[in-house]
Amino acid sequence: MTAPRTLYDKIWDSHLVDIDGDGNGLIYIDLHLVHEVTSPQAFAGLKAAGRKVRRPDRTVAVPDHNVPTTPDRLTGKFLDEEARIQVETLDRNAREYGVHYYPMNDINQGIVHIVGPEQGYTQPGMTIVCGDSHTSTHGAFGSLAFGIGTSEVEHVLATQTLPQRKAKNMKINIDGELGPGVTAKDIILAIIGRIGTAGGTGYVMEYTGSAIRGLSMEGRMTVCNMSIEAGARAGLIAPDEKTFAYVQGKPHAPKGAAWEQALAWWKTLPTDDGAHYDTVVELKASEIAPHITWGTSPQDVAPITGVVPNPADIKEEPKRIALERALNYMGLKAGEKLEEVAIQRVFIGSCTNGRIEDLRAAAKVAKGRKVAAGVQAMVVPGSGLVKHQAEEEGLDKIFLEAGFEWREPGCSMCLAMNSDRLLPEERCASTSNRNFEGRQGARGRTHLMSPAMAVAAAVTGKLADVRKFS
Amino acid sequence: MDKFTTLTAVAAPLPMINVDTDMIIPKQFLKTVERTGLAKGLFFELRQTPDGTPVPEFFMNQPQYKGAQILVAGDNFGCGSSREHAPWALLDYGIRCVIATSFADIFYNNCFQNGILPIKLPQEDVDKLMDDAKRGQNARVTVDLQNQEIKGPDGGTIKFEIDTHKKHCLLNGLDNIGLTLEKKSKIDNFESRQHGTQPWLYAQAGR
Repeated sequence: MTAPRTLYDKIWDSHLVDIDGDGNGLIYIDLHLVHEVTSPQAFAGLKAAGRKVRRPDRTVAVPDHNVPTTPDRLTGKFLDEEARIQVETLDRNAREYGVHYYPMNDINQGIVHIVGPEQGYTQPGMTIVCGDSHTSTHGAFGSLAFGIGTSEVEHVLATQTLPQRKAKNMKINIDGELGPGVTAKDIILAIIGRIGTAGGTGYVMEYTGSAIRGLSMEGRMTVCNMSIEAGARAGLIAPDEKTFAYVQGKPHAPKGAAWEQALAWWKTLPTDDGAHYDTVVELKASEIAPHITWGTSPQDVAPITGVVPNPADIKEEPKRIALERALNYMGLKAGEKLEEVAIQRVFIGSCTNGRIEDLRAAAKVAKGRKVAAGVQAMVVPGSGLVKHQAEEEGLDKIFLEAGFEWREPGCSMCLAMNSDRLLPEERCASTSNRNFEGRQGARGRTHLMSPAMAVAAAVTGKLADVRKFS
Repeated sequence: MDKFTTLTAVAAPLPMINVDTDMIIPKQFLKTVERTGLAKGLFFELRQTPDGTPVPEFFMNQPQYKGAQILVAGDNFGCGSSREHAPWALLDYGIRCVIATSFADIFYNNCFQNGILPIKLPQEDVDKLMDDAKRGQNARVTVDLQNQEIKGPDGGTIKFEIDTHKKHCLLNGLDNIGLTLEKKSKIDNFESRQHGTQPWLYAQAGR
């Protein structure tokens, strides 16, 4: 009888091509997602060496990072010449190497981490990589999914494998019921606040407990998406009936007898009783409030009812200096109430919160309200299919009537590679994943939060507690 | 990829924690299809104010750090994005070695793909090297990968740990893809096994 194994152990074991005595492994990659920003040098390297893509059938490409989100993109026009070259390079490489491809104005185009699950490419038990750190999103299906650099993209294109050492196992258990207005985004912000942005370094984190089980697939993707913000290699959630129901019937999901065979295997994946985790972290769902970030690192979080922290309270010098720098950058004063802080911009979208459920939650708060004077707010659906679904449900009308802009799908102002960006010192309520200095535009100020909280901020003109909107 | 054996160079100080990939190279420099020429974006928003005025205390604006090839930084260096543009920018500027108490996982791996040696050391050793680095041109530091040691300007020696396989590849400038392709038959065997147990992963042709 074999020793009890975690979900991560099982995926690792079933994908090991080779391993030496020092633990240097080579793992097989089941799905390779590709976008325009981190792939051109990889394809160029492949070509220079005269190599081919080993599994074009397991490679999926879509432009997302720097596509425009304005309506005029339907004419194929780019304002930005360098962006156009990158997107056209992906077009060319995708066609030349015969990989699955969704071009910019295809209804199925969108953010790569939204397209993968939506098209049924993402399935339990897989190994999934992409030249993008938010690949951890796909861990919501019980697949081992992580971001890689461009050299590794080239390695996977050429060999369908990746040299890896096994990470350690961490369990993050959250039991109980979430309070009103508390979402998956608040769970992951609370986790990062607890363990810090390096808390997960060297680990694969598995999220367990009744609060996680209670989340929809969309919510689980939000949680796993930000695993990288806690420094983890990947985040995982065991597949269950919700997972199977989500995957079934998607265009690239297994069908018929293959479905039954896949399902039987997927059901063996959850962690065995008694399996060993190197670290265990416990949070109580009932104690998680709606969270926002106040600083320039995703670990700089507080409940919306909180205040800006005081550097004088920090003993360790490097941390105190970092805090002073963050407050200076963010234009905030120690002790200031977060609910008093005025905002000028709102961004709803990204691979963290650009799925249909996120737009529904946002629309629920936006309905019958108006974006505050002096605030510019935009909604960027995560994919063409999300946009279409939202329009079928009339969500676009709710947003437009409330004064939000309704855009074409892409990464947009999550990283501001296209023209969607903050001006210096503009303050943004954002549903994205990073609040780094300059992330949403040079000198721009980002506060991360859930979609419902972002709408609450939009209509109030200040950071606001969504629990006061019912 | 260039080999990394022994490096004697000026070490530059970057006494900050959580230096993220957006700080190392902001997104406006990612719209390239090349690996080179990225030094122009290195620490773009740290080394100058929004109007383009150089920040005098930043190492890139100080003459004593001209030609620096070693960077000494705080906890969790390289956190954030998977962009390999971060090590490409460091390399393009001339940095071949980064020393910190800890690194983010993806950045750490990306360094080895580009002949850059990231070294993790305990806080007291990093503090010592940070002091050395703050002395600028007078403080040349030697990093010896073969013997896994760093020699400071005052003759003190600091040992460091590194994964044996990564060390071997850096010392010899080995191409990872070439090494993996030597295992082609193992990959072929894996695929035939997986085709048998998980045939749905082999069923579909390209879209």
